[in-house]
Amino acid sequence: MLENAWVIPTLTFVSFWLILFFGKRLPGHGAEIGIGALGLAFVLSCVAVVQWVDRPATEVVPHGTSEEVHGEEEEEHGAAGGQRGEDRQVVATAVETGGHGEETPIRSAVERNVTWFTIGDVEVTAGTAVDGLTVVMLFTVTLISLLVHVFSTNYMHGDVRFTYFFAALSLFTTGMLLLVVSSSTLQALFGWELMGLCSFMLIGHWWEKAENSNAAMKAFLTTRTGDVGLLVGIVTLFFAAGQTFDIALINERALTGAIGHTALVVGAVGLFIGVIGKSAQFPLHTWLPDAMAGPTPVSALIHAATMVVAGVYLVARLYGVFWEAFDIGAGGVNPIAVVGGITVLIAAALAFVQDDIKKVLAYSTVSQLGYMVMALGVGAWTAGIFHLFTHAFFKGLLFLGAGSVSHAVHSFDMKADMGGLRKYMPTTFVTFLIGSVALAGLFPLAGFWSKDEILVGAAENGYPVFELVGIVGAFLTAAYMTRCVYLTFFGEYRGHAHPHESPRPITIPLMVLAVFSVGAGLLNAPGVEKFFEITENRVFLLAGVEHHSFEVFPAVVSTVVVLAAIAFAYLLFFERRLPRGLTRRNALARSGYTLLTNKYYLDHLYTGVIVGSVKGAIARAAYWFNQKVIDGVVNAVGIAARRSGDWTYRHIDQAVVDGAVNGAGFGAEGFGGILRTIQTGRVQQYAALLFGAATVLALGLIIFV
Amino acid sequence: MESLDDSALSLAVFVPLVVAAAMLLVPRENETAHKLMALGATLATFAVGMLILARFDYGASDQLQFRVDAPWIDVINSRYLLGVDGISLPLLVLSMFVCVLVVVYSWNHFPEPHNPKAFLILILVLETGMNGTFVAQDLILFFVFFEVVLLPMYFMIGVWGGEQRQYAAIKFFLFTLFGSALMILSFLALYFSGGQTFSIQELVAVAADNIPRSTQLIIFGGLFMGFAIKVPMFPFHTWLPDAHTQAPTQGSVILAAILLKLGTYGFIRIAIPILPEAAMAWAPVIGGLAVVGIIYGALGCLAQSDMKRLIAFSSVAHMGFVMLGIATLTDFGINAAVFGMVAHGLITGMLFFVAGSVKDRFHTLELSRLGGLLLQAPRMGWILGFCAMASLGLPGLAGFWGEFPAILAAYSPAEGLSEALFRTYMVIAALGTVLAAGYLLWMLQRAAFGTPKPEFAEAPIADMHWPEYVAWVPMLVLILVLGIFPGLLFGLTDGAVGNALSSFGAGG
Repeated sequence: MLENAWVIPTLTFVSFWLILFFGKRLPGHGAEIGIGALGLAFVLSCVAVVQWVDRPATEVVPHGTSEEVHGEEEEEHGAAGGQRGEDRQVVATAVETGGHGEETPIRSAVERNVTWFTIGDVEVTAGTAVDGLTVVMLFTVTLISLLVHVFSTNYMHGDVRFTYFFAALSLFTTGMLLLVVSSSTLQALFGWELMGLCSFMLIGHWWEKAENSNAAMKAFLTTRTGDVGLLVGIVTLFFAAGQTFDIALINERALTGAIGHTALVVGAVGLFIGVIGKSAQFPLHTWLPDAMAGPTPVSALIHAATMVVAGVYLVARLYGVFWEAFDIGAGGVNPIAVVGGITVLIAAALAFVQDDIKKVLAYSTVSQLGYMVMALGVGAWTAGIFHLFTHAFFKGLLFLGAGSVSHAVHSFDMKADMGGLRKYMPTTFVTFLIGSVALAGLFPLAGFWSKDEILVGAAENGYPVFELVGIVGAFLTAAYMTRCVYLTFFGEYRGHAHPHESPRPITIPLMVLAVFSVGAGLLNAPGVEKFFEITENRVFLLAGVEHHSFEVFPAVVSTVVVLAAIAFAYLLFFERRLPRGLTRRNALARSGYTLLTNKYYLDHLYTGVIVGSVKGAIARAAYWFNQKVIDGVVNAVGIAARRSGDWTYRHIDQAVVDGAVNGAGFGAEGFGGILRTIQTGRVQQYAALLFGAATVLALGLIIFV
Repeated sequence: MESLDDSALSLAVFVPLVVAAAMLLVPRENETAHKLMALGATLATFAVGMLILARFDYGASDQLQFRVDAPWIDVINSRYLLGVDGISLPLLVLSMFVCVLVVVYSWNHFPEPHNPKAFLILILVLETGMNGTFVAQDLILFFVFFEVVLLPMYFMIGVWGGEQRQYAAIKFFLFTLFGSALMILSFLALYFSGGQTFSIQELVAVAADNIPRSTQLIIFGGLFMGFAIKVPMFPFHTWLPDAHTQAPTQGSVILAAILLKLGTYGFIRIAIPILPEAAMAWAPVIGGLAVVGIIYGALGCLAQSDMKRLIAFSSVAHMGFVMLGIATLTDFGINAAVFGMVAHGLITGMLFFVAGSVKDRFHTLELSRLGGLLLQAPRMGWILGFCAMASLGLPGLAGFWGEFPAILAAYSPAEGLSEALFRTYMVIAALGTVLAAGYLLWMLQRAAFGTPKPEFAEAPIADMHWPEYVAWVPMLVLILVLGIFPGLLFGLTDGAVGNALSSFGAGG
């Protein structure tokens, strides 16, 4: 399966076409094809995982080769060397002196490429590259997508575009699978954009309403704006790495110093702008909460396993580039960590003021994506993708849980239509609670382990500020999830529907995801560290990325902080002990609240100022220029030519022009009835113009030749 | 088969014209006969095209094949020289292909004042002109075919067009004629100073050595005007929105799919190989106008309230990408340009087809009056969506391969061109892709999403008819297939592009 990983995205791609063309005629309206394909894809992904784990570790990679190069560079740059931690110097020296004791064998990636096309002497290949990160992603994506499919059979039952919905789900999954198996940046772009297309289709699933199609457009255009950076990044790296799109080569060449620093920085910044758009990082995160306009299973798929994590995946995949370009190993600050850190905090704050349960989860996703990006930014590579892995389960669970709730109460408004639902929907309640606790990061659930790793990584790699950001983020996360659980499941029911537990196609996916939300974190618990062992790859070692295992102290700190947050939120919402109406009495709190409810005014800036002016004033001005200035010149020339033509016609060469008129008339007659429609005067004018043009030609001949 | 090889190109060019002449003899009332004759002619031509495709030596796509060389106008040493290589073959086949589909589409879509006889004859004459332009290897022959295209299109717009057809037709005609005047001047200059020959191949070999640089620059300027107006490049584009908006659907499709390519083809076939030094000097200007066109065309689109006019403006932007690719003077750039020409032909052609069918049903293309097409004619609505996606350059569909390699090439233009300048162009072009997504999705949203406006809510709107299926499905399939397997086309063009760029050393 490692050799033939292309089969997995192909399966879902075929499924898309089958559903599109035959889905409607089948008893299950196409859902059975999608579930069948995804089921098979999931099995194959499991096979791939097993094969990968069984694969003998044979490749020996020298640790931290890049440090060696850095050592040389530092001599040139001088001052930069001072920031470097001492232990790293030791590693570098060890390598320089041929310290082979540092080398540990790893499993080598399985690559398979075929020629896609050739231009000049550049052969562009398409193919698959499978390593630990890939198999983990394959497993996660196919599992979540399969569960979303099952969930949707019931949730979307009776929808006007049921079949179409399943076709789009298949295509969406294809996009993500294609991205994770891609061996080249160009091919990855295909998967990347395919997801953009599908998110457009699915977010705008109910396009009869303008707000839904607006949200779809916003998602597409925002990510597309980021893609400008991605395009520039891919192109820059293509040339910088010696005319290749191959990811492994680009990483290798970035780490061995074969790529000039300037090009590397331009490439990395470009790619990262793409990531900011796709993974909804500040300041391009605004599309994601609006994307809630789509059906809930789509939200689960987008937020848990596909689309938004594509950006995180890209950074993890091309880590060599980012590592070198931003000098991540040096500690301090860098753009990735900063953007991730800001995103963690601003999105978590926004989650507090939402009344729509899906929007709480959406901002929570933005915030958690911030964690992943921040982790990669502080050099905690394993922690970043481990968080991606655990987050997929509990966020998928929470979204599907929210879907289950809305299935019962026909609304997403927590304040108006929910409350007290734990009595009516016990399974949904318990699983949602598990998801929330896992997200908040309490021992021993999934989120606890991955979050702790990020905090440890930030601290150990010389990014103490971001450790603090992580802890504050943990506080906010725990608090807003407590609020969310309270508003949804506790208190008295405030809606008017008759809530009931959802049927099994909905609850079974919830239960499966709940199991993973509890257990997934243990995979990398101290003493196990299976996840680290599976995903460790060549780039990781070449760069000299360090993996820091579990540590008790930050774990205790974060646990205390999370408990405090829950207690705080408990007092605020359950017991109503804390001061109410703070926002009314305190000006600072009020303005803070206003800022939050207006989403930091970013939407005003984008939609109102930027899009508004481009679509309105700027476009109109350009068009005015077109009609009045350019066309004005054209028309003036036309008139002048006609006048001079007329003049010549009357005074000089009537005979010739007469001949032309007759000739034109004769030609037109040949086409039958045409002459009738062209007024005689017009033909004469036209002939006169022709003559004018001929004059210009003659003049030109005299002048030039 | 051997003898067929010799006459294949002549057949490809003149079969339509001969049938058109025969159709003159059939009475106007016999519409079915006219339709069948026109269909037969285009199909026969297309069959010749398939034969050429089958017998083409792909290993030698950089060489002119199916060559015909006969004396024509001895006194000026102009010869009847035909031939195809990897650059002209895809465009030739595209032209044949689109003509068949246009005739099929016409079956029950004759615009007012009807008259299928005249209309179909014009299409056939157009086909002769277009096919001829793509295979002519002699400048005078090229010029004749280039001009043959003008008249039928003039009548098509002027007679079967919309309300302002007179203005649009004359503007189209004169604009192009103006360019042609300068172009023929340049041809003559090449003849007199380049070695007393009109053969493109011979001129490629000798012209650059015989002509002083300053004269080369002027001659290139004349060629530039002739071709740039046809493309059309900013700021010579204003004939295009008028012509497109007023032309009948079939006219718009042919205009977008083939006619615009005559200009870009002229650059690649004639201007650049014959005058490489001048091309190098002009490249920054061409590239600059190209990226201005990308942004400007997109802004023009955003200002439109008429669907057809919007699509017309999008051509200005798309041809900007093609011209940017050409201006880089690299193999990536020019391969992208040829791909972009084919892709734009298919995609924008399709968009005009859909717009025409929408107009048939709603009798308007005002976007403010449209809406909910997906509810009333779902298949047509989805096809519109598909084409919009293809047009905005979504990877996996043909449009992408016209844009991305052009952007790529701009990063590293031919040796001697300013990298900083072209990298600026690259970023501007990349920004253009966002604007493209903006106006196309905005169009899609206003036309296809939402619910029908009250005036059409009860109107009986038919989904696709069979001529629409027959005409559209092949184009849609090609858009997808070329999008996934770009090698099909790059494999064909690459050798010939390398040949055209041979005077630029390594190329890209």
